[in-house]
Amino acid sequence: MSTAVTPAPSRTGGSSDVLLRVENVVKEFPVASSKLFSRSREAVHAVDGVSFELRKGETLGLVGETGCGKSTLARCITRLYSITGGTIDFDGRDISRLEGSELRDVRREVQMIFQDPYGSLNPRRRVGSIISDPFVIHGTLDGQARKRRVQELMELVGLNPEHYNRFPNEFSGGQRQRIGVARALALQPKLIVCDEPVSALDVSIQAQIINLLADLQAELGLTYLFIAHDLSVVQHVSDRVAVMYLGKVAELADVDDLYGHPRHPYTNALLSAVPVADPNAAAQRERIVLIGDVPSPINPPSGCHFHTRCPKAQELCVAEDPPLVPRFADAPGHVAACHFPVADGEDLSKAEASIEQEDASDVQVDSVLAGLADTPGFSTPAREEGAR
Amino acid sequence: MALLEVEDLHVSFNTADGVVKAVRGLTFSVDRGQTVGIVGESGSGKSVSTQTIMGLTAGARVSGEARFEGQDLLTMSQHDLRAVRGAKVGMIFQDPLSSLHPYYKVGWQIVEMIRAHTDVSKAAAKNRAIDLLRLVGIPKPEARVDEYPHQFSGGMRQRAMIAMAMALNPILLIADEPTTALDVTVQAQVLEVMQRLQKEFGTAIVMITHDLGVIADIADDVVVMYAGTAMEKAERRELFYHNHHPYTEGLLASIPRPGDDRHKRLLPIHGTPPSLIQLPTGCPFNPRCPYAFDKCRTETPPLASVYGRPEHRSACWLPSNEPERQVERERVQAVLASRTEISTEVAKDLAGAAS
Repeated sequence: MSTAVTPAPSRTGGSSDVLLRVENVVKEFPVASSKLFSRSREAVHAVDGVSFELRKGETLGLVGETGCGKSTLARCITRLYSITGGTIDFDGRDISRLEGSELRDVRREVQMIFQDPYGSLNPRRRVGSIISDPFVIHGTLDGQARKRRVQELMELVGLNPEHYNRFPNEFSGGQRQRIGVARALALQPKLIVCDEPVSALDVSIQAQIINLLADLQAELGLTYLFIAHDLSVVQHVSDRVAVMYLGKVAELADVDDLYGHPRHPYTNALLSAVPVADPNAAAQRERIVLIGDVPSPINPPSGCHFHTRCPKAQELCVAEDPPLVPRFADAPGHVAACHFPVADGEDLSKAEASIEQEDASDVQVDSVLAGLADTPGFSTPAREEGAR
Repeated sequence: MALLEVEDLHVSFNTADGVVKAVRGLTFSVDRGQTVGIVGESGSGKSVSTQTIMGLTAGARVSGEARFEGQDLLTMSQHDLRAVRGAKVGMIFQDPLSSLHPYYKVGWQIVEMIRAHTDVSKAAAKNRAIDLLRLVGIPKPEARVDEYPHQFSGGMRQRAMIAMAMALNPILLIADEPTTALDVTVQAQVLEVMQRLQKEFGTAIVMITHDLGVIADIADDVVVMYAGTAMEKAERRELFYHNHHPYTEGLLASIPRPGDDRHKRLLPIHGTPPSLIQLPTGCPFNPRCPYAFDKCRTETPPLASVYGRPEHRSACWLPSNEPERQVERERVQAVLASRTEISTEVAKDLAGAAS
């Protein structure tokens, strides 16, 4: 489906410090056909040609809205899904087609932390046995040594090692997420894929887990792929950030470049929509409200996937898929997939698309309101008494 | 007189484990056309209190008063309450999929709501439903009005809920986490619709949320709840820039903010919220509070005026004088910043074992 092959962003520095290289990864899920005997050719294009590199010791943030393919990509990287196309190089070797014991070896090095601390722990097993699972599966530690290591891990992530024999329901959400972290750390992996690790937690607990992950990275030299929809959290934890839209990377840059000089109109819209816990900043900000909803990934729009909602869309965007390359005089590491990138200081809220957009009919609020007031029978009782 | 005055509201539930005291002495008021934000974490009683006001917590033990236009909603008969609910007070809930009936067309549900409270024809009600859907920004409302909830996206369902809540032009809108299940761009759309409706109709809004970003955006006054009671009440800017209660301070220090130094640590609140069955003595926040001293563990502080501003209230024993409070703040934050979340010795052992 992907029309243009986006080149893997090349960067300075030897390839030795690259831990993970994802190249043009495609993941499609076939859709069941509505007709009985015809085989469906339709597919959900969940990940549609994604390329990036992850360097040792860094945190790459991956943001995007529901359905943009960020979790699917995470599952492709950890090989929970087999990919439809492309390659995934981990630590210098292609892991995208590995099977059996070779795949198991890779899984020791690549671990995952899940979003839901309730759903990701078996409620009928004790915490000690949950955390020692990796040792059992990989046959690395036995007996007392295993128990000692599990208790060390529990202490490491801030749990009381004496709670070894408790069940998950005896822990709060934040503590459960710590159990998930301990389990992911058990085999001393090189890469941890964190799939929305804090979004199910209350804010005060979120901060505990964010600090925990940062402390662990500093002490153990871990590399994170950090997936979240909360842009403030991603900004806080990441060194570089990739923004995804409908299965493609829209923009990828160092965190300060991305938040300071967003080039892709989608990145701009996303950043302007984030609620900021600062009334003065919120009042100053010009919000770009996007029209309509994300199109279906079964039949994504031609050319640039964002053109149906983009305030700067032109004919070219419909015809041609923009490559992911540096725009203006940006650093080589700051790449955006947009034909008409946003310059610094440009006011996107005044931009007008030159092509027709599906849901662009702007509501004439005044006329609707006038109509509402005039409707017979609607001399609303509430209003009259309110005016009394 | 304020539009809604809640006074000393208590709500508790009998459970097998004991009595859960979900709301303990909550007092707040909402003026006409004003937006009051109620912020708090899971289990702080923010949803239970508003649901109780609307008579939606069956089986709860309730005491206190909730006067809406001078009438106490808590002692009102079911019949009278039905006339208030929906018509004068609209409600929006967090999960738009479970608050719309999956078997009925969206338009039908709005029409039913209109016809339950007014005496208009089906055709007129349907026209109004179409107008309302148009107003909340649903494209092609003439066609959409005859679709089912599953044919709507999450953001559209929530906008349909807003349309339904606004159908009879209520004076008060209670929005319980209306944007929590939505993506940020959709959240922006929904909040914009709510603000626009408020401006046009002069509706008062009670916005319940855990997201301080949403509060910073739209609230006039803010109530911070913890363990079933108000910890701090203030005007929005006062709360964000001159907060008094350590819980408010902790919440704000827990969220990363753009513009902050990225390498600065967040200062989380340690521990977890208390059980509502067995609350700590004294201030409910004392086990997690970095400032707590002896008095906090024995005596519950009243919600009293601080910083010499009568409309700013805080339930805390810390000095109510701003410079003194600031000195304390700096001392405690320095201590908090030096803490780590992990045991560094164990980490060094593990790192050594790995190499």
